[in-house]
Amino acid sequence: MLDGDPYAIIENEFVKPGKGQAFNRVKVRNLKSGRVLEKTFRSGENVEAADVVDVELQYLYNDGEFWHFMDAGTFEQYQADAAAMGEATKWVKDQDMCNVTLWNGQPIAVEAPNFVVLEITETDPGLKGDTSGGGGKPATLETGAVVRVPLFIQTGEKIKVDTRSGEYVSRAKDE
Amino acid sequence: MDWRPGASLDTLRARAGLLQRLRAFFARAGVLEVETPLACRAGGTDPALEPLVTRYTGPGFASGTPLYLQSSPEFAMKRLLAAGAGPIYQLGRAFRDGERGRRHNPEFTLLEWYRPGFHAAALMSEVAELVRCALEAPALAAEEISYAELFRRHLGLDVFTASVSDLRAAALAHDAGVADLELERDAWLDLLMTTHIEPRLGRGAMSFVTDYPAGQAALARLNARDPRTAARFELFLDGVELANGFEELTDAREQAGRFRRDNRTRAARGQPELPVDERFLAALAAGLPPCAGVALGVDRLLMRKLGIDDLDRVMAFSLERA
Repeated sequence: MLDGDPYAIIENEFVKPGKGQAFNRVKVRNLKSGRVLEKTFRSGENVEAADVVDVELQYLYNDGEFWHFMDAGTFEQYQADAAAMGEATKWVKDQDMCNVTLWNGQPIAVEAPNFVVLEITETDPGLKGDTSGGGGKPATLETGAVVRVPLFIQTGEKIKVDTRSGEYVSRAKDE
Repeated sequence: MDWRPGASLDTLRARAGLLQRLRAFFARAGVLEVETPLACRAGGTDPALEPLVTRYTGPGFASGTPLYLQSSPEFAMKRLLAAGAGPIYQLGRAFRDGERGRRHNPEFTLLEWYRPGFHAAALMSEVAELVRCALEAPALAAEEISYAELFRRHLGLDVFTASVSDLRAAALAHDAGVADLELERDAWLDLLMTTHIEPRLGRGAMSFVTDYPAGQAALARLNARDPRTAARFELFLDGVELANGFEELTDAREQAGRFRRDNRTRAARGQPELPVDERFLAALAAGLPPCAGVALGVDRLLMRKLGIDDLDRVMAFSLERA
């Protein structure tokens, strides 16, 4: 906890002259804003631990303001605001399992699954004869996100997307 | 369960080879190898070094006594010097609580040696010679620069007159992450030295930093020509601190005063006060010959030799594997 916000430690470098004061140079990420900060502490200094846990939650629905999640084991429900959702709003749909960071029991960060399968709601008809893409074209997905897809992909098809890069991976096989 | 060593077997062979080279160097130089206790009934009082403590119970100490794992074999070796041992070295383990990082492990290999009759200059050239031999780098050059000159050159600061707020401002100018630190003067100097100056030292040549401020004298005597400084030097190579040496303080009363001051500092900081090594003080009072001594981190020397930047990969089993 720093200045009232929870942080995750990314790097922690111990520096100490043989006969002198020891320091820890720490790189931390603000779990709410995602901003990375560098800070130097005197070694042995105490910082309040943040009550932060990562849990797997199932996405249920969006009520216009909040995104609702449920713990499939305890059936406990959580609601995340747009700030906590971040990029995940572009990718999640009902039933998806997401990694959610809870701070004092409240979602502060939501990670979409690495790969999601989504249906294309709108894309220009492709040119005949094109098999593997090349240039590609924009396609709007059922969640509203827009990704570039190969020319042969058509409206109504389901595709697999890598949510970390926001890129098309493949046609989804029927599951 | 990860049971494997952190160092490769080739690295462990290189470690054994390095230890042999070091011993051969001292055999040629006529310096005697000695062994002193790792578990001692008293240790150093330096507030910057926290000892690992264990306990002995048995004949002689039926109700038990704490034993301090040595942070360096300095006191015991000086007792041998006072007993007339002549030039001596020790190659063994030292322990420090609270120290763990890419260049620190709470248990590490230290090479420490003492040269009666040597001044700092003669010892520095022997250190340079030993490092060249150990690294098999006969052409590696050495340079010498004073602590005060480093601060002038790199930070435009006069270490003797700069105030705490000058030092804080200099640190803040290079790193906004220090804004919340509340430090004493010498700790600001340590911060600037380790984070700002040290990484630039020893690039292409061994850098010997000399004449540390009196506040950082540790066990060095003060320089007669400028008592604001101590006859202490450190060696840096490729931005890493490798060795620390002194023209040794031989005055028992001055030494006893430094122990008391250390313990007052410890008490003020909420660190445990530590028993003073009375046998060491008695040896000083009996007469320690004028001498210079130095301690060198062998694991770091091996890291440099092999171009490895993590201690874990030059030791068989570092803290997490121990």
